[in-house]
Amino acid sequence: MREFAYQRAGDVAGAVAAFAAAPGARYLGGGTNLVDLMKSGVESPERLIDVRGLGLDAVEEDADGGLRIGATVTNSDLAAHPGVRRRYPALAQAVLAGASGQLRNAATVGGNLLQRVRCGYFTDVTLPCNRRVPGSGCPAVDGEHHNHAVLGWSEHCVAVHPSDLGVALAAFDAVVSYETGAGPGELAYAALYPPVGDTPHRETSLPPGALITAVSLPAAPVAARSRYRKVRERASYAFATASVAAALEVRDGVVHDVRLAFGAVASRPWRAHAAERALTGAPATARAFGAAADAELAAARPLPHNGYKVPLLRNLMVSVLTELAEEAAR
Amino acid sequence: MPPSTTSAITLRVNGEAHALTVDNRTTLLDALRDGLDLTGTKKGCDHGQCGACTVLVDGRRALSCLQFAVAAEGRGITTVEGIADGEALHPVQQAFLDLDGYQCGYCTPGQICSAVAVIEEHAAGWPSAATADVRPEAGPVALDAAEIRERMSGNLCRCGAYNAIVRAVAQAADARGTDSAAVTA
Ligand SMILES: Cc1cc2nc3c(=O)[nH]c(=O)nc-3n(C[C@H](O)[C@H](O)[C@H](O)COP(=O)(O)OP(=O)(O)OC[C@H]3O[C@@H](n4cnc5c(N)ncnc54)[C@H](O)[C@@H]3O)c2cc1C
Ligand code: SF4
Ligand code: FES
Ligand code: FES
Repeated sequence: MREFAYQRAGDVAGAVAAFAAAPGARYLGGGTNLVDLMKSGVESPERLIDVRGLGLDAVEEDADGGLRIGATVTNSDLAAHPGVRRRYPALAQAVLAGASGQLRNAATVGGNLLQRVRCGYFTDVTLPCNRRVPGSGCPAVDGEHHNHAVLGWSEHCVAVHPSDLGVALAAFDAVVSYETGAGPGELAYAALYPPVGDTPHRETSLPPGALITAVSLPAAPVAARSRYRKVRERASYAFATASVAAALEVRDGVVHDVRLAFGAVASRPWRAHAAERALTGAPATARAFGAAADAELAAARPLPHNGYKVPLLRNLMVSVLTELAEEAAR
Repeated sequence: MPPSTTSAITLRVNGEAHALTVDNRTTLLDALRDGLDLTGTKKGCDHGQCGACTVLVDGRRALSCLQFAVAAEGRGITTVEGIADGEALHPVQQAFLDLDGYQCGYCTPGQICSAVAVIEEHAAGWPSAATADVRPEAGPVALDAAEIRERMSGNLCRCGAYNAIVRAVAQAADARGTDSAAVTA
């Protein structure tokens, strides 16, 4: 590992200024991803700016029903927060479905959103990878890709975004607040990760040096009836092979409002707009849920070894919506 | 002068302050084992994937292999050496002994630190991925075997002593009276 300097920033302006002064710097949250990548040589910052003391560790409930989550709130505190569990149960469930108790205690919200892909070629610095070394190639396309993308990929990179939290944030229209030397800014979470295209190394749309300060969720009454379901290769402590965040409001047997997002199937948490459109106003039946899943998955382009993800997602979506509809009918 | 890549820090471990100078690259795990000779905390994978290195940081369980010692300055660290009350074993330690919650013992310090925190997290009303209804209105859940398995899933045991570990955590939780506490919470 390369030697590095370490500093604790006292306030947001100080953190942003310290970053600007040291081009090879990285912000340090819980370190659960960055420290690992420094050990494997994927990251070699010359300075770490610890952001956990910036006072960005509160979850605030808006009077209108929304939430503002500080960037250094730990994943554990987020999932345990009564307001999160009441207003956005799928968000709490998504966080709890990720990593382990030890990791969630250290991991921050900001770090979770900017965690890097879990592609084995990305983490092995002896191998080519367009995301790590632009233009070096993507060995996953013809190699190990059973857990890679089926939606929205390009031949330049087929990796999936690993965050569970992000899937719920995508479903609930989260907005990311950040700070740069030029002042504060905001970005829809849906726009945080640019399309892969031929620039997979451009992992976020944030301006250079931006410090994430908060993630806000607009009020969404439908989210009070929501659920996150994750499928993985073992029962716990593993990344998803596919996941669904769903919220459903049924009135007189008809879908009044619905939110759907998929995880582990694209380079970003995938908001299922086509499925939402197909469902709104449709009868809340398994048949309609299946037709809506098909509308979304018509765009799927599975790779040779990950075709299983398409029926898996379809079944997941139908089963989660069916459960939510049954509960609504009770 | 290039910026310093070493730091003079004070680590508070098991109630004692230790002054040491660390290369910033030193993980908390290596500082504990190599710097302070507290070798109870084990290194398994060194990548956050096994839980052998679990310690308590300000009372919360965390992986000492994925944080730098310099970033842990100012926090209160508890390792397995600091879990007991003098000669009196912690109820979690006693339960692992009583119920054979181990075979080779390599994962055990991490299991014990994790279990101590699991019982507190449950008592504080934290839900888990095994909790059917996470809404606060649903009330606290019982710490049954499914909850213990999920909450302890960050600690792998290569010997597969899982069944006895689950029983040991349940016994220690009973001793603390979490279930009665949960009901009245
Ligand atoms: C074994 C293992 C299993 C895991 N399983 C899962 C899983 O199932 N699901 C899941 O979702 N995740 C999983 N994770 C990933 C985990 O959730 C992330 O590592 C964690 O959320 C990252 O948060 P952090 O605060 O530790 O980030 P760090 O490691 O500190 O930082 C990550 C990145 O974000 C940047 N950063 C941090 N904070 C900010 C900020 N405020 N502004 C701008 N940039 C910032 C850092 O510079 C770095 O580039 C797993 C991790 C491990 C090790
Ligand atoms: S899929 Fe993406 S991350 Fe993996 S090797 Fe290809 S370019 Fe790299
Ligand atoms: S040694 Fe830290 S998790 Fe394995
Ligand atoms: S007792 Fe041997 S690894 Fe758990």
